[in-house]
Amino acid sequence: METSASPVSSRLSLTDALDKALKQPKMVLILKVILFAACLWPLIEPPLHLYRDPLALGANPAEHIIRDYGDWALQLLLLTLLITPLRLWLGVGGLLRFRRMLGLFAFAALCLHVLAYLGFDRFFIWDEIWADLIKRPFITLGMIGFLLLLVLALTSSRAMVLRLGGAVWTRIHKLIYPASILAVVHYWLMVKRDVTEPLIYACLLFMLLAARLPQIRPWLKKRRA
Amino acid sequence: MTPEAVYHNRRALLGLMGTGLASVMLNGESKAASKIEPLAAQKNPAFPPPSDPPTDIKLATTYNNYYEFGTSKSAPAREAESLTVRPWTVEVTGEVMKPRRIDLEELLRLPLEERIYRFRCVEAWSMVVPWIGFEFRQLAALVEPTSKAKFVRFTSVARPEEMSGLHANLPSLDWPYTDGLRIDEAMHPLTLMVVGMYGQTLPNQNGAPLRLMVPWKYGFKNAKSIVKIEFLEKQPVGSWTKAAMHEYGFYSNVNPQVDHPRWSQKRERLLPALFASRETELFNGYGAQVASLYAGMDLKANF
Repeated sequence: METSASPVSSRLSLTDALDKALKQPKMVLILKVILFAACLWPLIEPPLHLYRDPLALGANPAEHIIRDYGDWALQLLLLTLLITPLRLWLGVGGLLRFRRMLGLFAFAALCLHVLAYLGFDRFFIWDEIWADLIKRPFITLGMIGFLLLLVLALTSSRAMVLRLGGAVWTRIHKLIYPASILAVVHYWLMVKRDVTEPLIYACLLFMLLAARLPQIRPWLKKRRA
Repeated sequence: MTPEAVYHNRRALLGLMGTGLASVMLNGESKAASKIEPLAAQKNPAFPPPSDPPTDIKLATTYNNYYEFGTSKSAPAREAESLTVRPWTVEVTGEVMKPRRIDLEELLRLPLEERIYRFRCVEAWSMVVPWIGFEFRQLAALVEPTSKAKFVRFTSVARPEEMSGLHANLPSLDWPYTDGLRIDEAMHPLTLMVVGMYGQTLPNQNGAPLRLMVPWKYGFKNAKSIVKIEFLEKQPVGSWTKAAMHEYGFYSNVNPQVDHPRWSQKRERLLPALFASRETELFNGYGAQVASLYAGMDLKANF
């Protein structure tokens, strides 16, 4: 096909433009502000709706809020995992500048998800929460995932990278792989019958993790050459 | 939706036009007849309402588990309109003297009562709903069960052409939906065959035109849009039990001491409350009336 050359070249030039933009501190700042707002909005939207109209979230607002935050945490986690394959594929190293923010917002959504469960579902009754933790695999696995991501959030600052040293830090932050697997399994075990959505997340996660295999990485890089 | 006043005018008009013309228009009219209309019913002082006020009708009609129309709670309110609920007959058969196909119109002529019941879902939420219906034992009297009738099985309608959830890629349950009761549970005065709620006929998403309501059991025991009722000698296996034996037992009586394997049943969220602060009661608060049915039974083993 004769036209096949033009989309490729336009993709390349777009990539070049992105690469160039991410080398300008001012542009990075603007994009970070936009990303910050985009990530923050879904976190404040549900309580805002509820404040305006108690029935805005339907008959079961608590369930709505818990599921919303859970979905958003999982989606942000997958976006965080997308940065590296995307960077390899496009050859735009500057994308890395957004990874920490995505990861921290994933953790923020997760904190709200856990808090909503503790309060709305378990009414902060600690022996019931403990019973849930030891009796129900989906809660147990979810909570282990939460603790793993807590470690990552606590060690996410630049100061921590320097203190721990790049090699150790990188090894610790590979915990995002088991944490995201736990998140998808947690969702899968929670649904009553229809596993369509957890299945979609599982497929996406599988691709994102596969992209990190030594057999796949070079192939991703080669695509842009 | 047709406004009620318009609907009634059209009915009156059809009456004036005479039967010949009415039958020509039957097709159009049968669709209109599936619309919600007012339904008169007596209150029965023997069944006082619960202390909590009825749930907002908007919530009770937009938050439904009716997997034949999709597995989300909001899908039935969107999708169930496509179900044709008139004309409707229910086949009543099995261990009975007089097996019959009973027309819905005949059932609607039975003395209807309004019963305000607590409704407790196995998913740990609850509502309070003013149902309209008649006691199951009145229906049983029409077919005269024999001494062999030890159980009753209810079967819901399953029409793929009208029910979008029936052709999902991952079949959620084994269709048609069925569930059952022990005969003494079915014949209990609290066990209601429901044809309406909130002073009106049932909306499709709530199981029009005929559904079951057993207030001391988890919600899924109450089959919707019932087309078949069988009196059986052997204990039937319901759709949910078939799907997950260890999670959904035959009895499924509301019981805070018996947790669902994946979540606690100790407390519930009375919708639309944010906090699940209400403590779940044994037999959903109907213990005084029904506990004797289970005297001497291990409720943990027979969950």
